[in-house]
Amino acid sequence: MSSVRETLDHCVKCTICETFCPYSKATPLFPGPKYVGPQAERFRGTEGSPDYSLDYCSGCGICTQVCPQGVKIAEINSQARAELWEERGIPLRNRIVARPSVTGALGTPVAPLANLTLRARPARWALERTLGIDRRAPLPRFAGRTFQAWARRRRGPQAASGTVAYFHGCSTNYYEPETGERVVELLEHNGFRVVVPRQGCCGLPLQSNGDFPAARRYASRLAATLDAAGEGAPIVSNSTSCSLMLKREALEILEVDDEALRRVSERTYDVCEFLLGLHERGELRTDFQPLPLTVPYHAPCQQRGHGIGKPALDLLALIPELRLVELDAACCGIAGTYGLKREKYEISMRVGEELFAQVRDAEPDLTACDSETCRWQITHGTGVPSVHPVELLHRAYGL
Amino acid sequence: MTYDAVVVGIGVAGLTAALRLAEHGRRVLVVAKGVGSTHLAPGRLDILGYAAGGQRIERPAAALGAFLAERPDHPYARVGARTLSESAEWFRARLGYVGSADENFLLPTALGAVKPTAVVPPSAVGGDLRTGGRFLIVGLQGLKDFFPALCAANLQNAAPVRARAVELHPPLGGEHDVNGLGFAGRFEDEPFREAVVRELRITFAPGERVGFPAVLGLREAEGVWRELEERVRTRVFEIPTLPPSVPGIRMFESLRSALRAAGARIVVGDAVVRARTSGRRVEAVVAEAAGRTVEYSGESFVLATGGFASGGLELGSDGAARETVLGLPIAGLPPHGERFSPEYLGVQPFARAGLAVDERLRPLGEDGNVAYENLYAAGATLGGAEPWREASGEGISVATGFAAAEAIVQSTAR
Ligand code: SF4
Ligand code: SF4
Repeated sequence: MSSVRETLDHCVKCTICETFCPYSKATPLFPGPKYVGPQAERFRGTEGSPDYSLDYCSGCGICTQVCPQGVKIAEINSQARAELWEERGIPLRNRIVARPSVTGALGTPVAPLANLTLRARPARWALERTLGIDRRAPLPRFAGRTFQAWARRRRGPQAASGTVAYFHGCSTNYYEPETGERVVELLEHNGFRVVVPRQGCCGLPLQSNGDFPAARRYASRLAATLDAAGEGAPIVSNSTSCSLMLKREALEILEVDDEALRRVSERTYDVCEFLLGLHERGELRTDFQPLPLTVPYHAPCQQRGHGIGKPALDLLALIPELRLVELDAACCGIAGTYGLKREKYEISMRVGEELFAQVRDAEPDLTACDSETCRWQITHGTGVPSVHPVELLHRAYGL
Repeated sequence: MTYDAVVVGIGVAGLTAALRLAEHGRRVLVVAKGVGSTHLAPGRLDILGYAAGGQRIERPAAALGAFLAERPDHPYARVGARTLSESAEWFRARLGYVGSADENFLLPTALGAVKPTAVVPPSAVGGDLRTGGRFLIVGLQGLKDFFPALCAANLQNAAPVRARAVELHPPLGGEHDVNGLGFAGRFEDEPFREAVVRELRITFAPGERVGFPAVLGLREAEGVWRELEERVRTRVFEIPTLPPSVPGIRMFESLRSALRAAGARIVVGDAVVRARTSGRRVEAVVAEAAGRTVEYSGESFVLATGGFASGGLELGSDGAARETVLGLPIAGLPPHGERFSPEYLGVQPFARAGLAVDERLRPLGEDGNVAYENLYAAGATLGGAEPWREASGEGISVATGFAAAEAIVQSTAR
C-alpha cells in the first residue's frame, strides 16, 4: 500500500474537508473529498473504481491542507484518477492539454497564425467539438519566441556573489518569456549568476490528466537535468505548480523513486520564497521605487501547497505606495487544465466567482498571482490584467 | 521570517490568542496542521454549565469560586475571574454575539436536550427555554441527522415547554442529500426562502417560537435570520447540528478575516513537528512543508494544538503520554489500569490529563518549573478540565487564548 493511501485510516469523518472543497460546492456531480477520497478508496481494489465522479475532483489540494488528521485526500484522488484512466483509456484531449512542451514547440514558430486561429470562433468551435476544449475557456497566446532563445543569447554580469539554477517551466518558455526575463534580471540585480539549463516539462499536466507512466518519465528526465545544473546551487522557479511537482508531488503522488529527484526536491525554491529568504538574511536589495497601484494578491492553491505561507505578501509590502490586498477566496477555478474542458468550464467559472468578485470589489489596477494558468483565468473572469509578483518587484527596482 | 508571536493551532484558542496579539499591534503568525474544532462545534461560548458535582449552573461568574475550590488545577484557576469575564466580553463584541459570563442561556440541542451556554449568536437567543412557551421545531427534508420529532419530544421532557415538529420540503433541484453547508447556501437565495416561508405559514400557529437547524445562511446569516423572523412574525432561532457546523464555520471565517485584516499571517497545512530551543527559550518551531521542513522563528510562542483528539497530546501504545511538539510532560495522568471508566459518559479519570502551567500559562517541565520562558499554552492542550462534563470547552479556549496573549503583551512591552 502506498504511503499516501495509508493515511486514509486517519480519517475521523469530521467533514472539515467537505466544507472547504470549492468544487463540490459548485457542482452536484462531485460529491466531495471525504466521499471520493478516504471513503471510496476503501472500495477501490483490483476491480477498479466504484464510481467516476472522481474525475470532477480538480486536484487543487485544499482538502489535504485543511484536514486536521493528515489524510492526503487530494493525493489519494490523484492516484485513483490515474487508475481510472488506465481502465478507461485516456481521451485524446487529455493527452494534448497534458503536453505543453509539445504544443508550445509546435505553436511557437507559427505563433501569429496559431494565435489568430485559436482566437477565431470557428476554430474554437471545432476545438470544442473535436477535443472537448470549451470554446470560452482562457487559452494562452504563443509568444512567438522562447525564453530559452533569450537566455542563450544573454550574457549576464561577470561578477556574482552566488549562483542559482533557474527552472522556468513550459509556460514561461512558450507563453510568458517576459516573466522569465524578469526573474533572471531580478536575480542578477541581487548579485546572482543565473544558470539556465535546457529543460523539459515536469510532468504535472500529465499527472493531473491521469497519465502517470508518461508523467514519471518527464519528471525523472527533468530531475536529471536540474540535478546536473548549477553545482548544487538553489534551483529557483516562478511556476508554483511545477516547483511543487519537483518538491513533493513527483515523489509522493507519482512515487518516482529517484535519487536525483530527491536531491532536486531539497534544492528547489519558489522564487518568492527564495527572495524573502534573502531579505530575512539582509541580502535582498531594497532600493524599490514607489508603485502607486492597487493590487489584490491571490495565492494559488498550488502555492499554498508548498506550506511556506505567502512570501509574496511580505515581499510586495517592501514596495513603497503599493496598496496590496490579500484575497482570501480559495480558488480561481482553473486548476491547471480542469477549466478548459467542455464539461467542466462552467463549474470552473462558478468556483472562480468568489475570487472574481473580491478582485472587482478591490477596484484594482492589476492583480498579482504566482501561477500562470490562474493569472489567465483571473483575467478571463474579471478583465483585469494579472502579473506574477516578480513583475512588480522588477518594475519597482526600475530595471 | 521572525514574528513577534507564533501561534500553533487554529482552533478557538489559537484564533483568540492570535487576534488579541494582532490587536495589540504584534506581528503574528498562525501555523496549523489543519483546520480545527471550530467546524465541529456549535460556534458558541460555553463558559461553565455544570458544577463539579454535576448540578446545572445558572450564573457562571458567580459559581466560579465554589467550582475552583473543588478544581484547583482547572485552567480557570490560572486565568482568574476577571480575565474570564473580560475575555467573554471581548469575544461577544468581536463576533456581534449576545450574553456574558454572568448568566447562562438554556438552549436546545439537536437531540432536544438542554444546554447551558453563556455567549451566543443573536440567532440562538430565541431558543432560550428558561421562559417556557410553545415551540415549533422545523426539519428540512434532505438534511441528514436532524430529526425534528425527536428534538421536540425530548424537549418536552427536558424543559417546561410545549414543542411539536414539522418537516418542510423545500425545493432542492433534484438533489436528495444536502449537508448543512449546502442548505446554508440555499437559504441565501430569495426563492428558496420564499418557498420555506410559504410552507411554514401553513402549519405555524401564532405564539409559537420556531426552531430551525442552524443552517440559515453563511455569509449573510444575520440578514437571513432577521428576514425569517419578520416574515413569519415570531421568534425564529437556530439549533446547532452535527458537523459540519454552520455557526462554527461562520465564527471561524469571521475570526480569520479579522486576523487577516489585522495583518496576521496564516499557514494551514503545515504540521509543526518540533521546536528549536536554546536554554530556556524557544527560538523557532519546525514545520513539515513540501519537500523539506521550514522554521518559523519568533519572540513568543503559543501552543494551541488541542488535546488527545486533535494530536496536540499523544498517548503511545506503551502507555506513555506526551505533548507532541516539545515533548512536554503531561500532568494528571492516572496510573495504567485506572485511566478509563467503562461507562462511556461517566467520569473519565483520563480526561483531565494535560499540560500543567504557571499563572501566566507557561507549561511546566519535568522539574515543576516553567519549561521555556517564552512558551505559552492555551485551549484543550491544558490539563485540569473536563470540558464536555463542565460545558466549558470554548470558554477555556477563549479565556486562556486571551490570557496568553495578555501575558505575552505584558512580558514583551514596547
Ligand atoms: S478532513 Fe480529514 S479527517 Fe476530516 S473527513 Fe476529511 S479526510 Fe476525514
Ligand atoms: S483536491 Fe480540491 S477539488 Fe479535489 S476533493 Fe480536494 S478540495 Fe475538492
